[in-house]
Amino acid sequence: MTRPLVITNARIVDPATDTDRRGALLIEDGVIAASSAGAAPGAPEGAEIVDARGLVLAPGLIDMRVFTGEPGHEYRETLASAAEAAAVGGVTSFVLMPDTLPIVDDGAIVDFIVRRAAATAKVNVLPAAAITRGLRGEEITEFGLLKEAGAACLTDGRQSIQTAGLMRAAMSYAANFDLLVAHHVADRSLAGDGVMNEGTLATISGLKGIPLEAETIPLARDLQLAALTGARYHAAQVSTAGSVDLLVGAKQRGTVSAGVSINNLALNENDVAPYRSFFKLSPPLRSEDDRQAMIEGLRTGTIDVIHSAHDPQDSEVKRQPFAEASEGAVGLETLLAAALRLVHSGDVPLMTVLRALTQRPAEILGLASGRLAKGAPADFVLIDPEFPWLVSEAGLRSRSRNTAFEGARMQGAVMHTFVAGRRVFSHAAAEGKGA
Amino acid sequence: MTSPAGQNRNSFPHRNLLGISQLNQYEILDLIDRAEAMIPISRQERKILPTLAGKTQINLFFEPSTRTQSSFEIAGKRLGAQVTNMSVRTSSVAKGETLVDTATTLNAMQPDVIVVRHGAAGAVELLSQKVGCAVVNAGDGAHEHPTQALLDALTIRQHKGRLSGLTVAICGDIANSRVARSNLLLLGALQVRTRVVAPRTLLPRGIETLATEVFTDMHKGLEGADVVMMLRLQHERAAGRLIPSVREYYRFYGLDEEKLARAKPDAIVMHPGPMNRGVEIDPAIADGPRSVITHQVEMGVAVRMAVLDALLADPAAVSA
Repeated sequence: MTRPLVITNARIVDPATDTDRRGALLIEDGVIAASSAGAAPGAPEGAEIVDARGLVLAPGLIDMRVFTGEPGHEYRETLASAAEAAAVGGVTSFVLMPDTLPIVDDGAIVDFIVRRAAATAKVNVLPAAAITRGLRGEEITEFGLLKEAGAACLTDGRQSIQTAGLMRAAMSYAANFDLLVAHHVADRSLAGDGVMNEGTLATISGLKGIPLEAETIPLARDLQLAALTGARYHAAQVSTAGSVDLLVGAKQRGTVSAGVSINNLALNENDVAPYRSFFKLSPPLRSEDDRQAMIEGLRTGTIDVIHSAHDPQDSEVKRQPFAEASEGAVGLETLLAAALRLVHSGDVPLMTVLRALTQRPAEILGLASGRLAKGAPADFVLIDPEFPWLVSEAGLRSRSRNTAFEGARMQGAVMHTFVAGRRVFSHAAAEGKGA
Repeated sequence: MTSPAGQNRNSFPHRNLLGISQLNQYEILDLIDRAEAMIPISRQERKILPTLAGKTQINLFFEPSTRTQSSFEIAGKRLGAQVTNMSVRTSSVAKGETLVDTATTLNAMQPDVIVVRHGAAGAVELLSQKVGCAVVNAGDGAHEHPTQALLDALTIRQHKGRLSGLTVAICGDIANSRVARSNLLLLGALQVRTRVVAPRTLLPRGIETLATEVFTDMHKGLEGADVVMMLRLQHERAAGRLIPSVREYYRFYGLDEEKLARAKPDAIVMHPGPMNRGVEIDPAIADGPRSVITHQVEMGVAVRMAVLDALLADPAAVSA
């Protein structure tokens, strides 16, 4: 039996119960044993007391879209280094995308990741399995066996399934096993060799554009197939105002959910110019109108989840002519701070932002965490929502430094991260303060 | 006309020429004036003005282009520079690696200027950040080709006596053309009326921010034009996808006598080359009296001499 832990004087924000009050939390044996308002509950004998005055106590963040390099490209990121970065960012669980080498399309590889993560990663790693073998979009994988091996959900990661027939089969079969299908929608024939948002900026830069319809057309298809098959469907990452409109209708009919990358909430296509390949992302950064639609979708709950789309790429493949550079940016360490920008700007309430980072992903994935309820895993964070800091790639824990927030001023940082009641990160500024 | 040596030298305020977008109208006109002053040098028997004597010029072409590379080579040599040509064949996987690596390697050889052509937009700018010498963009993807726009402007001025007040119609594959973009930027900066003429599939989104008018009907687009600028169509790539066939393209967007009749009687016909005769232009027009296409080639050398001279010439060396 580990030593009990009491967090006192915290501002407890728990979206699952719409709680925002001063209080204390008692943790025993890695789970939340009690939560109380006002003064600390009678602390058990020998308990460790953490005074969280001035800090927000929230459930640990659950990031539904994280890429690493393990197995296969460990120089970019390992499970351990991704987990280290996650802990810094307050992320206590993340869904690992199957785009590794080998690809996670076989139960044995799911099993490898589960074991490897248990041995090396300080946060919870939830492996997602490929929908199609080799992510080729041709044949479906063994959903049942993958689930037995521990797959948290199904996704083709960066790839998008192009044919409606295959997507229908995948969703129907996934419904058998009550498996979530999380899908990045991009019509290849429309996106073509586009590399940024289609429009005036792309034209002036001489870069090929990706039209909004490359997202909305396959999304409309998927939403209809979700209704047809009854599958649990998650639009992994939307970026256009048109997608939000489609989701509003679909959510009235069935069990669909949607996520948005923090990049599409915090940045727009103007950040790309001229040829800044660290802003080459998928989906591409869109117009300011689309960004505003993402914020509105988040505010109204049409968009359920904010994720980091953490995608480590080494500088060899990023410092390239824009069209030839790899897509993606790291994001685990900046996810919360970038999301808090929306709170500080007054666009979205803190409760809503935290809900999209904790409660909703937990519900969508069927996890017991993501809330501060009695009996839930003691995965939580202590946040100083005002703490000022400057993002510098040199300070990142991730093995790759391809951040889209280099030099950005942030307000708000994670001071402590706990996984199953164990402290996995403490901010340097918090050392000695109850730490 | 003052001699080049008598001009206000070395007042060109840029280290590189990466695009027309970096120039204001005065800098554009200054370069055109400098180029005009270079024309006689290529016409005299002793074709040399050694303002770049002792300088090293590297032509680094990631895309093959006999015409532009030769033009830069001759321009450099007529100014007395040592010119080295490098054609880099790149595999599609490792293009950028080659780019940055090559930049670092070449930089260590202490060149004074690198002239670069690359298939990716922004690649020349990226390379310029990795070297300590001047860089001239000889074409980057569908982005810019600044010396082409300058030579086109000089050609127009030579034939029309002016640029202002003219209407220039740019016709063809606008979407994939760096020539179109640089020309639209240059002519726009000088308040010249520009038109783009193309089928919808070859018009990029937002092109109306660069051109005065947009036409999909070539007859209307050429109405009253002073200059008809044709673009090369990459027909092997476009056929069946962006246009149904070469013969349909030629019927509606190829420059023939009937369509050219809509332009002003004294309109000139231009083409950056290399031409697809019978695809975007009637051979009879290409070789006819209104074609100034070979004149463009001659002006190309003058413009490139002027650009190299503006970027590199040492004012102290000129009086010698």
